[in-house]
Amino acid sequence: MDLDTTSIPELTAEELRQLYKLLIATRDLDVAAVAWQRQGILPGYAPELGQEAAQAGSAFALDPTRDFAFPTYREMGVALALGVDMVEYMSTHKASWHGGLYNPVTTRLAPIQAVVGGSVLHAVGWAHGQRLAAGSAGSPEGGLPAAITYFGDGASSQGDVHEAMNFAGVLKAPVVFFVQNNGWAISLPTEEQVAGGRVAARAEGYGMASVTVDGNDAPAVVRATRAALEHARAGNGPVLIEAMTYRRGPHSTSDDPGRYRTLDEERRDGGEDPVTRLANLLLRSGAADQAFLDSAAAEAKAHTDTVREGIQALKPRPGREMFDYVFAEPTDALKAQARAWREESEHV
Amino acid sequence: MSSQLTEGVRPMEAGSASDPTETLSMQAALNRALAEILAADPKAIVLGEDVGRLGGVFRITDGLQKRFGADRVFDTPLAESGILGMSVGLAMAGFHPIPEVQFDGFAYPAVNQIITQLARMNYRSRGTMPMPVTLRVPSFGGIRAPEHHGESLEALFAHVPGLKVVSPSSPHQAYHLLKHAAAQPDPVIFMEPKSRYWQKDTVDPGTPGNLQGSQVVREGKHLTLVAWGAMVARCLQVAELAAEDGIEIEVLDLRWLKPIDAEGLAASVSKTRRAVVVHEAPLTAGLGAEVAALITQHCFDTLKAPVERVTGFDVPYPSGDLEDEYIPNIDRILFGIQRVLEYRRG
Repeated sequence: MDLDTTSIPELTAEELRQLYKLLIATRDLDVAAVAWQRQGILPGYAPELGQEAAQAGSAFALDPTRDFAFPTYREMGVALALGVDMVEYMSTHKASWHGGLYNPVTTRLAPIQAVVGGSVLHAVGWAHGQRLAAGSAGSPEGGLPAAITYFGDGASSQGDVHEAMNFAGVLKAPVVFFVQNNGWAISLPTEEQVAGGRVAARAEGYGMASVTVDGNDAPAVVRATRAALEHARAGNGPVLIEAMTYRRGPHSTSDDPGRYRTLDEERRDGGEDPVTRLANLLLRSGAADQAFLDSAAAEAKAHTDTVREGIQALKPRPGREMFDYVFAEPTDALKAQARAWREESEHV
Repeated sequence: MSSQLTEGVRPMEAGSASDPTETLSMQAALNRALAEILAADPKAIVLGEDVGRLGGVFRITDGLQKRFGADRVFDTPLAESGILGMSVGLAMAGFHPIPEVQFDGFAYPAVNQIITQLARMNYRSRGTMPMPVTLRVPSFGGIRAPEHHGESLEALFAHVPGLKVVSPSSPHQAYHLLKHAAAQPDPVIFMEPKSRYWQKDTVDPGTPGNLQGSQVVREGKHLTLVAWGAMVARCLQVAELAAEDGIEIEVLDLRWLKPIDAEGLAASVSKTRRAVVVHEAPLTAGLGAEVAALITQHCFDTLKAPVERVTGFDVPYPSGDLEDEYIPNIDRILFGIQRVLEYRRG
């Protein structure tokens, strides 16, 4: 079943301007982060160049007072749109803390997830929990809180993703499966990854509504996500969104795309840049003028500079944190190891 | 023919009207514990394959869905990774899931979620997303079941940072340890000795006793037998036989396989000066090695012999016909005891 998105209103001029600020801030920080890796400020980074509209657009549609997002390791635009402190988010790339230093409970963004497809089931469990909490009311006034889970065309091959979609379909969990089909899983193109060519086509098999959206069209992504959330909130079950986009950069700062694609192919397949595209829409529709775009770009750059200063000021976490968070109630055996580490490492 | 493991150890004792104890099978004790957990904790949820309508293939969840409703006790599709991943998400939403994996070997498809997610979420989230999840796993062998229905995964789980592992050996222990595990803010792998599900014994619901660490279940002075799960009952049989020859064996039920009670081990073996550890799992890198290392570390000066291990073999868990050849039996345990008693230095 194709999800009907036509009932979702077009974005207002103010919404378009807000959206652009998120896209340009994401772009600026993303490009800077790659440079920081080259400069030795970050040990590594997973760029999302070209996916700004898919990420910031989908997160723009969320209600951070009640929804919850489950990211992979390449969702910087989602974090930014949710208002996560970007020093705390980028700390994962500084090698400070795997899951990031931000608080997932208050930010409504689950810890950064390194396992491909690993958190998709968590979103289903969390979403099912919202149904259980709503009890016999089914869908409370204003609808159910919803989970959104991010993954890519590569992760769609994982068994956990299949299990998650089947569980969600059976349980009618209020969850949005947001697939960023960016054309590549490191070096493997989608046509060698996804049998049948489309992840969204699988939704029907799970009794789930789906929508395929141009992932480089930010307002279209917002509207598709809003439609999906509306569907989920009403208790109608999960929705699969496949956002067709393109990973313009390498998989990570350690990757060498020259080994599997040419620059000509990148230019051809990448299509129109999503940030430029939204800028042109703003100018064309009269929602904003060049002065606004310039000021948004300056604001983004200032934000990026602040993040760089914050990242550079990050000190390694105290070693005791290796032990502190293993258990909510640490065992005596672990406490003994922590004591021994402290004494033998002369950190007493 | 029933396996040796399913034979009773002690005669049934009926509880009288004034007696606070009751005679229950481990199955009934676990069922009652789950009912009390669900009644007391509105956030507790039971989920798994066939746990609702059927009451579980071992009937551990019998009647719970009827009593607590299909929101609290629900059947999942047949996918163990899904069950564990859902449980992680439910815990993130503030629930206290008690998932069941139907048989030990069915935990293998869920190992990724158990190791990379369940065990790590508290750590990854810097303590903001604890995982109060009690994973029940009918474990160990002895029931003539098909492949992957008789495995002992304690060493695998104990090796994973962030997990706690426990195995009860009696109905009383099962009742109290399950309630204790479900009250933990951390993930606990609860390994139920399925060959002991139907043996009845006294349960005193009002007297949990100390639920931490190990427990001496029979006192002796010549040698300590260390065991857990179904092997505890077998070691008690061995101790009974050895007593006829004047050998007084102490049986230590380890109970917690992570954390291991090093102090309890040291206290017992300091007294007996000899130890044999018994488990169903294969020998190499089994938990017996960890037990032996802890005993050696704490009791090296007083040990009269190297710690002996009597275990399963480094082979796939065999088909029912060979089960009794694989699982440590009374003879093999007695041989192990003999080797330790006859050991002479130099």
